[in-house]
Amino acid sequence: MAEIKNFTINFGPQHPSAHGVLRLILELDGEVVVRADPHIGLLHRGTEKLAETRTWVQSVPYMDRLDYVSMMCNEHAYCLAIERLLGIEVPIRAQYIRVMFDEITRILNHLLNIGTHALDIGAMTMVLYTFREREDLMDAYEAVSGARMHAAYYRPGGVYRDLPDEMPKYTVSKYKDEKRVKELNRAREGSLLDFLEDFCERFEGYLDDYHTLLTDNRIWKQRTVGIGVVSPEEALAWGFTGPMLRGSGVAWDLRKKQPYEVYDQLEFDIPVGTNGDCYDRYLVRMEEMRQSNRIIKQCIDWLRKNPGPVITDNYKVAPPPREKMKTGMEELIHHFKLMTEGIHVPPGEVYAAVEHPKGEFGVYAISDGANKPYRVKLRAPGFAHLSAMDKMARGHLIADVVAIIGTMDIVFGEIDR
Amino acid sequence: MNEWLSLAQGWLGPAWPVVWNVLKIIVLLVPLLLAVAYLTYAERKIIGYMQVRIGPNRVGPKGWLQPIADALKLLFKEVIVPSQANKVLYFVGPAMALAPSLLVWAAVPVNDGWVIADLDAGLLFVMAVISLEVYGVIIAGWASNSKYAFLGAMRASAQMISYEVAMGFGLICVLLVSGTLNLSEIVRQQGTGWFADHGLSFLSWNWLPLLPIAVVYFISGVAETNRAPFDLPEGESEIVAGHMVEYSGMAFALFFLAEYANMILVSFLTSILFFGGWLSPVAFLPDGLHWLLIKASVFLFLYLWIRATFPRFRYDHVMRLGWKVFVPITIVWLLVVAVWMLTPLSIWR
Repeated sequence: MAEIKNFTINFGPQHPSAHGVLRLILELDGEVVVRADPHIGLLHRGTEKLAETRTWVQSVPYMDRLDYVSMMCNEHAYCLAIERLLGIEVPIRAQYIRVMFDEITRILNHLLNIGTHALDIGAMTMVLYTFREREDLMDAYEAVSGARMHAAYYRPGGVYRDLPDEMPKYTVSKYKDEKRVKELNRAREGSLLDFLEDFCERFEGYLDDYHTLLTDNRIWKQRTVGIGVVSPEEALAWGFTGPMLRGSGVAWDLRKKQPYEVYDQLEFDIPVGTNGDCYDRYLVRMEEMRQSNRIIKQCIDWLRKNPGPVITDNYKVAPPPREKMKTGMEELIHHFKLMTEGIHVPPGEVYAAVEHPKGEFGVYAISDGANKPYRVKLRAPGFAHLSAMDKMARGHLIADVVAIIGTMDIVFGEIDR
Repeated sequence: MNEWLSLAQGWLGPAWPVVWNVLKIIVLLVPLLLAVAYLTYAERKIIGYMQVRIGPNRVGPKGWLQPIADALKLLFKEVIVPSQANKVLYFVGPAMALAPSLLVWAAVPVNDGWVIADLDAGLLFVMAVISLEVYGVIIAGWASNSKYAFLGAMRASAQMISYEVAMGFGLICVLLVSGTLNLSEIVRQQGTGWFADHGLSFLSWNWLPLLPIAVVYFISGVAETNRAPFDLPEGESEIVAGHMVEYSGMAFALFFLAEYANMILVSFLTSILFFGGWLSPVAFLPDGLHWLLIKASVFLFLYLWIRATFPRFRYDHVMRLGWKVFVPITIVWLLVVAVWMLTPLSIWR
């Protein structure tokens, strides 16, 4: 008699729902997953090691490339770590700008996640709707930093420069006539803050649209309710953070529990799930976007009323303004030293974490007093989530594996580092 | 016209029937294949607008030449045969998928008397030929010797067989009320009845008394053609393209043609069986081919609309829907109709 063996398939790394370069070895009994073995490392670029050979500031752009859908949040954790080692204060306006862009980043990330999660489950229209909104937020990125994705906007001691007074605009081309361009530029006539305010107003309606499309859709519920259930205890034991943990009903959010920057002065709520399944995590992310929208509105109000410096005036950390540099010897020397040697960070070690859209993103840095880190360790939330793949997928069907990958919100930039 | 025909008949002699039938086939298939090509264009445009984007607009004016460009590209692509594949069956698969989906059109009437083969068992023929399609998928999935293709073929065969049961029961209802298996006759029957006599013939069509069957039939048709939300045999995000994963170039294009020809077929059959085919909905407008085209277009649009809106079903949910929902509904309605026909309230006399 023939020996009956389970079917083993290689899922990825070239697979449309591998979210980059995930390679899963799936052992299947019919369509039921018996074992799911995630393989990582296909996007390893050695960021931690590279950081040891660069000055402190030069590694900021590397942080963008970790989780490449929530760029500024990565930078934030890294800058926080340096600031804590240096023991410097960040100007309050810079703190508000950082919080505002952290929340913009959170919306960016969740929009991508919900869009692609729905796409994985087969509702392909969602991704195009969410990308329409992402486009506006990326324009905000572009307005402050000049780059749509890899912003490199945060600096140890503040942010690179103040918010711009005008937005980049569309121009007439072969495919966009004057009327269309005018319509596209409608919200772009004022400053960045006007543009964001307009977006916040519209975004509530967009969220309602998403809810109409998915939340009560029976197929969507059949595909997500009861899939990949994680109990609160298990979630804590596996080291889950962010929406993955809150979806299981644990109200843990660094913005509330260990407030950094100005989060303790802002009003927002932390949504939590009850069942810990894919559907709850989807709802948590949807609600987090609403809360982020609330935070952005508060930041816009504050930023309108309170002008001020956006980077520290400690010239050993941040370069002096250009006018002073042209006239003053001291400042010229500071500039020269910063641009050639970089910041000298006092010896010590520090762990700084932010509530990244995916969970707790932490930077553990050791300085030996040189102009570059002795060691940088990055704590990526996705790594802990992915390690629970086998636990979450076991016993489900192969189609559910796709739903689980979607709900984990994995991005290989941060997992492989 | 008739003079020309009789002239040709005399000139060709005994070869005439063959030539005449080949002509009829060409007249049917060329528009059909063009419709398939432009259905892909319509799909991309319509779904594009539903998804706040424009869709193809670069090749030709407003992108009208896009399907031609796609076809040419597929023609010139190399057909790659995996080294471990069964070389013969690998090509039999796509041929087996396309052949039935074209063959079935022989029995489909597009207007009163406009049919290549006016079969008395037309409905049976259609069902039989549609059932053959699953072989193309199974053979392709098996011959590719790929795990993804194999999974896709398994899913496809399970799904197509389950939904054929529901479809079959639905068609028995149509057979009951029409008393004939001839598709043209089924349409003509729908033009009679109390409402038709009073000028509102659209209320005499089969859809009203057989409403649950019409709905089940169309949904089963969507499932039968493996279109979203039942597209799990090719489930893009799970098993990538299912049975088609190893195919490229024209071999892939054959599957593609078959799928779209089937979509058109299901839309035509739904219109013919339940929505009065070429009959005009009201008495003061003339019947004609255009009515059938309009009705079929509505169903094709529904196909695209559904695809743009719904997430994909899971394998076990599809099976549950087929066996636990559709089959019982059709059986119950079959009994209802059968009893109804025996009572004095019967509307089919």
